[in-house]
Amino acid sequence: MDTPTVINTRKNLPPKLFDPPTILRSLKEALLKLNPKHTIKNPVIFVVEVGSIISSYYFVAALSDPGADHLFVGQICLWLWFTVLFANFAEAMAESRGRAQAKTLRAAKTETIAKRLKNKEIELMPAAALRKGDLFECSAGDLIPADGEIVEGIASVDESAITGESAPVLRESGGDRSAVTGGTKVISDRIVVRVTSNPGESFIDRMIALVEGAKRQKTPNEIALNILLSGLTIVFLIATVTLLPYSYYSAGAGGAVPTVTVMIALLVCLIPTTIGGLLSAIGIAGMDRVMQHNVLAMSGRAIEAAGDVNTLLLDKTGTITLGNRQAAAFLPAPGVSEKELADVAQLASLADETPEGRSIIILAKQRHGIREREIEALGAEFVPFSAQTRMSGVNFAGKQIRKGAADAIAAFVAAWGEKIPQSILALVEEVAKQGATPLVVAEDRRVLGVIQLKDVVKGGMKSRFEQLRRLGIKTVMITGDNPLTAAAIAAEAGVDDFLAEATPEMKLKLIRREQAGGRLVAMTGDGTNDAPALAQADVGVAMNSGTQAAKEAGNMVDLDSNPTKLIEIVEIGKQMLITRGSLTTFSIANDVAKYFAIVPAMFVSFYPQLAALNIMRLSNANSAVLAAVIFNALIIVALVPLALRGVAYRPISAAATLRRNLLIYGVGGLIAPFPGIWLLDRLLVSLHLA
Amino acid sequence: MNIHGLSEILLYFMAILLLTAPMGILLFNVFEGRIPFGLRILRPLELLIYRVCRVDPRATMRWQEYSAALLIFSLAGALLSYALLRLQGWLPLNPQAFGAAEVTPDLAFNTAVSFTTNTNWQSYVPEATVSMFSNMLALAMHNWMSAAAGMAVAVALSRGFSRADTDDLGNFWVDLVRGSLYVLFPIALLAALAFVHSGAPQNFSAPQTIRTLEGAQQIVPQGPVASQEAIKQLGTNGGGYFNANSAHPYENPTAASDLLTKILIFLIPAGLTYMFGKMVGNQGQGWALFGAMGALFIAGALVCYGFEQAGNPHLAQLGIAMSADESQPGGNMEGKETRFGIAASALFASVTTAASCGAVNSMHDSFTPIGGLVPLFNILSGEAIFGGVGAGLYGMLMFVVLAIFIAGLMVGRTPEYVGKKIGRYEVQMAMLALLVCAFSILGFSALSSTYDLPQDSAWNRVGSSAAYYGAPRNNVNNAGSHGLSEMIYAFASATGNNGSAFAGITANTPFYNLTLGVAMLAGRFLMILPLLAMAGSLVRKKRIPESAGTFPTDSITFAALLVGTILIVGALTFFPGLALGPIVEHFQLHQLTLQ
Repeated sequence: MDTPTVINTRKNLPPKLFDPPTILRSLKEALLKLNPKHTIKNPVIFVVEVGSIISSYYFVAALSDPGADHLFVGQICLWLWFTVLFANFAEAMAESRGRAQAKTLRAAKTETIAKRLKNKEIELMPAAALRKGDLFECSAGDLIPADGEIVEGIASVDESAITGESAPVLRESGGDRSAVTGGTKVISDRIVVRVTSNPGESFIDRMIALVEGAKRQKTPNEIALNILLSGLTIVFLIATVTLLPYSYYSAGAGGAVPTVTVMIALLVCLIPTTIGGLLSAIGIAGMDRVMQHNVLAMSGRAIEAAGDVNTLLLDKTGTITLGNRQAAAFLPAPGVSEKELADVAQLASLADETPEGRSIIILAKQRHGIREREIEALGAEFVPFSAQTRMSGVNFAGKQIRKGAADAIAAFVAAWGEKIPQSILALVEEVAKQGATPLVVAEDRRVLGVIQLKDVVKGGMKSRFEQLRRLGIKTVMITGDNPLTAAAIAAEAGVDDFLAEATPEMKLKLIRREQAGGRLVAMTGDGTNDAPALAQADVGVAMNSGTQAAKEAGNMVDLDSNPTKLIEIVEIGKQMLITRGSLTTFSIANDVAKYFAIVPAMFVSFYPQLAALNIMRLSNANSAVLAAVIFNALIIVALVPLALRGVAYRPISAAATLRRNLLIYGVGGLIAPFPGIWLLDRLLVSLHLA
Repeated sequence: MNIHGLSEILLYFMAILLLTAPMGILLFNVFEGRIPFGLRILRPLELLIYRVCRVDPRATMRWQEYSAALLIFSLAGALLSYALLRLQGWLPLNPQAFGAAEVTPDLAFNTAVSFTTNTNWQSYVPEATVSMFSNMLALAMHNWMSAAAGMAVAVALSRGFSRADTDDLGNFWVDLVRGSLYVLFPIALLAALAFVHSGAPQNFSAPQTIRTLEGAQQIVPQGPVASQEAIKQLGTNGGGYFNANSAHPYENPTAASDLLTKILIFLIPAGLTYMFGKMVGNQGQGWALFGAMGALFIAGALVCYGFEQAGNPHLAQLGIAMSADESQPGGNMEGKETRFGIAASALFASVTTAASCGAVNSMHDSFTPIGGLVPLFNILSGEAIFGGVGAGLYGMLMFVVLAIFIAGLMVGRTPEYVGKKIGRYEVQMAMLALLVCAFSILGFSALSSTYDLPQDSAWNRVGSSAAYYGAPRNNVNNAGSHGLSEMIYAFASATGNNGSAFAGITANTPFYNLTLGVAMLAGRFLMILPLLAMAGSLVRKKRIPESAGTFPTDSITFAALLVGTILIVGALTFFPGLALGPIVEHFQLHQLTLQ
């Protein structure tokens, strides 16, 4: 792939967070999610729901009691329910985006008719009847009925249904591009495919399940965080429950013990409802963000692991360098001018459509102003590259012009009884030492010089690796080149390390060695021989263009087949964790202000002295409790966009990130509720609601 | 506050700061098996102990075995103490002829548990209840053993962080023997001599009856006070030879012995932070823990001193001078020894409660509400502010795990501490330990504040006497906010294994002896077990090399985060209760509405 950035229709759609239909649907979902069977999965919110039910009972009971404060109890009750609803709403919002994607995917899954091959006979049958191991045929215009491996033929396939990419891709039997996906469309030619998955287990099925969040499993950190939040909930439950006996003791003869409604209000304010309500939304949104980059993560665990990665294994070609080498210099033999060499080299490359060939023409034009000529107009005859000669060139005006590797040219000039001169061999060695590839140019018996072909490092990679280093991530370049070449490119690209003359076994060994040192490894791969390494890596991103085996082995599939994206995946993983941590800190820091609102209000009837703790000067006991509960509920909604988008992420060191986020979410979380609760209090009083 | 008081606090902390590194190096060497040169003469004794007890010192233990050894050891110790206390009438060194009548079964249970758990809560008046033999064997034995056991747990947990890819947490018996032989014994020996030098008695004489200047007769008990004093402080035990504890002139004769006492209390807890840093190979880690502890401690000591020195507004209203001058200390001198004064008493109160020692040189019950809140807060913080010998480090590490998990995700990686990933199991165990504390303190104090036993209930019978002691509520002598403080303090002290009392409760009743005993057991073992389980999980993990992406835990930012976590998670749990106790009392006092 020549261009590092893939223009993709879906990715470039601005992620609209809050369009009215989505909000409406999510509100409806939020109501349905009130089912305790659902809320029990989230202990914090479940406690709020139980609190809401109990306070509803008290509200109903209070209706028959004319002395009760209906307005207050009713409002508390209402806002407690809102707290649950808002948490559900956050989750529904996160899910709704995935659901929209699932819808487009389902469209691709329309019932197709498969042409099954049985004993060389074509048999028409519904796609759903295909089973693993069946063979089917597809020709131009057919929708591929199931996932499979091409066993015969070559075809161009439109995979836009799953990738959003409209340009067709080539798929052929054998090799690393043999996998086809059900729901994609054959555009040309005919292929025979062996089915690799049963109905319901296909790639598209899995993708739908993933984006809908149906199969979403909690990630390890999410589980641990849930335990922490549940533990805190129990701690605060004990703190609240024991307040009742304390109050009975303290009230003694005079004063009213706080009502159950107020106790529940305190409990709900103290338990970490903010993060509890947003936790699953953050996880879903993380998956979704990965998906927006056209990467399909098989689990949230994989994204989380991406945030933890210590070592990135990056394939040189396509990731660090542009896919092809480019001509960088003409190095003439003694007695030959550079322009002459460039002229001959250009002639040799006129019909050469390989990127290397094109780059020689471009360089000749740039350096020496040699215009491109038409090969037919010149009457030259093109000699294509062949495996035997390992040279290409033209026969022109009775002369044979060739370019090729040094040994190939040596064989070519040997026909005239010539040898490559020592000066040229020195140039060849020099070029190789710099990590470039030397191409020798000859005109009949005369060796004119060397073209230096260089790997071109993609723009911006160096600073990218610099950023990664600041994040504590080591980059390792994987290449089949010899160590000399590899070292030169590694130095130019600024990676930390390289693995030269890499074989799949060496890759696997490298991963194991890194992991033995306690490091997490991420890599990309596409070939069948990458599969073991992909499976061993903590984050294995398989290219969608790759083989089925690679896709099965990895835990993410990049639908654009762009290996550079690994870096973005790491960033998304980090951002997801940062969002969780920041909101947890914020949520817990919020408690301080709520205490100052509720505690004086609770006990003021028997300890009026505690009014001194009412540092926000809230109007009265009811308004104080209500304001705290309302703030607690509204903050969930207010933070939904942050949970879905993720907190701002910067590639700075952990120490700097910690200081920054601790200041914003820790200290901010400590301070923010004070003005918030005060404002709500004033509002409630002015509206005569308390 | 005045310059004398402030410099006293500052000087004390400087001394601790200076002693931390040498102490940490000693601890590190001893527990790594590198016995310092001068102490090698004790090596044959160490080996003899292994031979007699049939311990294989080379055996390694997984966390389950380590815990089992600790539990068996503690159970055996508790049973032995129970038996010795009940049988003291038949045992020697009992000039006052105390018997089982003085030590009722519930008191014996409470006392045995109390000393086994390093709490040293004393529901009884020692000089009127237990014989010298009981004191030395049934009780002082635990001063050694519970301290050594606590250190062992802290060392095992540190190994969980420092070792990798193994399940070997060390050998409990070896850690126990080495801790007492090479750390506690030599320091206690020197300290005992210093106490003798400053005037503490060390004899086996019967009580002396003397004529006072006023001509009255007074019985002055004697005994091996200096030796018990040394280990009582060094092992953060706190159980006094006399009821007045370190306020008694025999236990704490001079200002110098008072300073020595306070230094002894923090010596090992402070040294353990340095040892931890050395074990995990980064001294910054140890200093970060020390920094968090130090910040909380200094803040507490200053608040306590400030409010004590400011005095009582009621008295000020009566025209009594509350500020210090050359002729008088000013402030709140109620319940304080004139030998020590306000600053030394406030500092002592902060030290003894922070470090889970429980020795007192003044009566915390008589402190101003906020002055008394500081000791209570220190205990409620989970004994993580230096804390008891060993208990401080493992208590702090529990908060580290919580802090790391709450805020650690903020750097965009699965939280890790000193190279160990903190996962669900660690969080679960740390949370469990925290829950036990909250449950025990809040649950029991809530129970005793509401569940009013009938006046003549057998549960309310004081000691072996026929006296019932119901008023005004379950033997709590004070009503209102102060009474609630007393109850919360009692159960916090028991659960936190502190042992100091706010007093005001006649605790030697079956009800309190049993509930406090259970609280002490829960606070010790239900906290240690989850933490050892955590150590077992950590020690198996790989060590992740540090990088720029690692959450930095050897920084001031981290120490600040730790302080924040302890304040918010540790203290917010108790804030409503405290609001009804010392906090409201403070406002009542200052609004002059206290009844």
